[in-house]
Amino acid sequence: MIVYAARRIALAVLVIAGVLVLTFVIARVVPGDPAATWAGPHASAAQVAAARKFLGLDRPPAVQLLSYLGGVLAGNWGVSVHTHQPVLSDIGTAAPASLELVTAALILAVLVGVPLGLVAARWPDGLLDHSIRAGAILGVSMPVFWMALILQLVFSQRLHLLPAAGEFSPGLLFTHPLARHTGADVVDALITGNWPMFGSTLTHLVLPAIVVAAYPCGLIARIVRAQVLDTIGETHVQMARALGFRERSVYGRFAMKLAWNPVAATLALVFGYSLVNTFLVEAVFDWPGLGSYAAASIAALDTPATLGVTLFIALVYVVANLVVDIVQAAIDPRIRLR
Amino acid sequence: MIEAPAPLPAQDSTVPRGAVLRRGIRANPLLVAGAAGSALILLVALLAPLLAPFPGDAGTATHPLLVLRPPSAQHWFGTDNVGRDVCSRVLYGARISPLIAVIVLLIATVLGIPLGVMAGYFGGWLDEVIMRVTDIFLAFPPLLLALAFAAVLPTSLTTVIIAIAITWWPWYTRLIRGQAASVAGRPYIEACRALGISRWRILVRHILPNSITPLLVQISFDVGGVILTASALSFLGLGAQDPTPDWGLMVAEGQGYFTTAWWVVTFPGLAILFTAFTFNLFGDGLRDLLDPKRTFL
Repeated sequence: MIVYAARRIALAVLVIAGVLVLTFVIARVVPGDPAATWAGPHASAAQVAAARKFLGLDRPPAVQLLSYLGGVLAGNWGVSVHTHQPVLSDIGTAAPASLELVTAALILAVLVGVPLGLVAARWPDGLLDHSIRAGAILGVSMPVFWMALILQLVFSQRLHLLPAAGEFSPGLLFTHPLARHTGADVVDALITGNWPMFGSTLTHLVLPAIVVAAYPCGLIARIVRAQVLDTIGETHVQMARALGFRERSVYGRFAMKLAWNPVAATLALVFGYSLVNTFLVEAVFDWPGLGSYAAASIAALDTPATLGVTLFIALVYVVANLVVDIVQAAIDPRIRLR
Repeated sequence: MIEAPAPLPAQDSTVPRGAVLRRGIRANPLLVAGAAGSALILLVALLAPLLAPFPGDAGTATHPLLVLRPPSAQHWFGTDNVGRDVCSRVLYGARISPLIAVIVLLIATVLGIPLGVMAGYFGGWLDEVIMRVTDIFLAFPPLLLALAFAAVLPTSLTTVIIAIAITWWPWYTRLIRGQAASVAGRPYIEACRALGISRWRILVRHILPNSITPLLVQISFDVGGVILTASALSFLGLGAQDPTPDWGLMVAEGQGYFTTAWWVVTFPGLAILFTAFTFNLFGDGLRDLLDPKRTFL
């Protein structure tokens, strides 16, 4: 097990090094002269040359790469062009709101997707199964930015059921100020027992979470269905049936048991994927997270900020996959012996 | 070690292949629906100039007196912020998204297949190098890497295509490498080698054709994914620019008038959803039909 974990970690370190090199290459793909952009439109040739020297662009690419790697490792991710703040501190401010949104969405996706997958597997090729499969495919075919706009229009503009934007009603800040601990507003309101704020944050979370959950929910329903159909014929499941367990337990407890592993692996994959989807959703709901920050950075042609967010999400993605791989190997010895 | 031969699928030899196929299709109504929908979109793309009530509105036309009109008998989907017929623009949009998907998948296959086959067949250091490079690309969620490339390149449809293609090839390399490696170990490949057939000939004539089927299924399933990715890039302003009737761009443009003119956003978005949905149904059904063991992801 330790050998497996060590190999897996070594591989992840290699991949992270590669990710850093790739983001460096993308940063250097920028058409035009970064020094000229930095110096501004009215700079003289001498000022551009000075800027080039200041930015270190006159050094050979290999040296630039090394200093970039050193900078990233030391926590220097560059300065955002549009907020004028260090990129890493911007990410630190924005990340909790996004992590909160994605976590809520994934919880929702599991709560809805797993039962749907089980029901589809219970009566395969029936009308219900076909409907659930079509629904699951609809979920993975959804342009999330459009779904966000439509839900906002229907549920807040027209029906006035749910708030349209933001993380909570701003008026509450005067009556029930929110103490910041984790940066995730729902959690902060809950642990400080700030109930009016808690209610407000929850209702604000509903629409964006549904939108982000659409894709993972469809995926999970499909995976659960396929896995359960795969294991339902196996002897240990038949045994449970022979022992007189009701069909509901045979599916939900015994056949489902083997499906949790692929579901967990999918959640790790989809976590990174959903973080990227927040780029398309947060701006619509005015959600102050990484997605809004990334969308604003892209619109402002803010390369350091855009690549900073890219790097951050790639790192989260690699680490999440690493953790799931190791946890799965710990649970299931067949994986580490493969 | 000698592997036991895999049991052949039970097949009634008196039933003709056509009947088996027909039965498969009847058991898979989603495939039929997907195929019909996909065909419909291709038809719309082909016939857009004939179907669109105002073909000129797909381009730079402006009608200052017809701005943001709600859907009516004349303008089924209403008009946009410069008075263009949304219906005509949506119909013309069918020429853009599927075309982007085809070009992206073509580039990704042309890059991905040779690398994957070589890695799988030759193995050794070449395999290591190619696979570690794909590992790096696969460490990014696909939309993220495409976004990063598109954000630093000049905004255009070509950029969208390049950015997505760069992101997409490693998945194909990875898929075909596994197939090629398993085919390379089979006895008939050894027999080829014993007959003195050159390595490249074995690679092209024997390994490639025998490892490509799962890839074809995956490609048919990816059309919807590429369309969604491309529309997301356009929505963020990284793709097509204004007069182009690109669905993602149309949603982005209508966003500002959304509360008063819902139709400008709704219909192009529905077109994206419908297109991605039918292509995904088709790919999903195809996979079920050809490869019943791999029923997810």
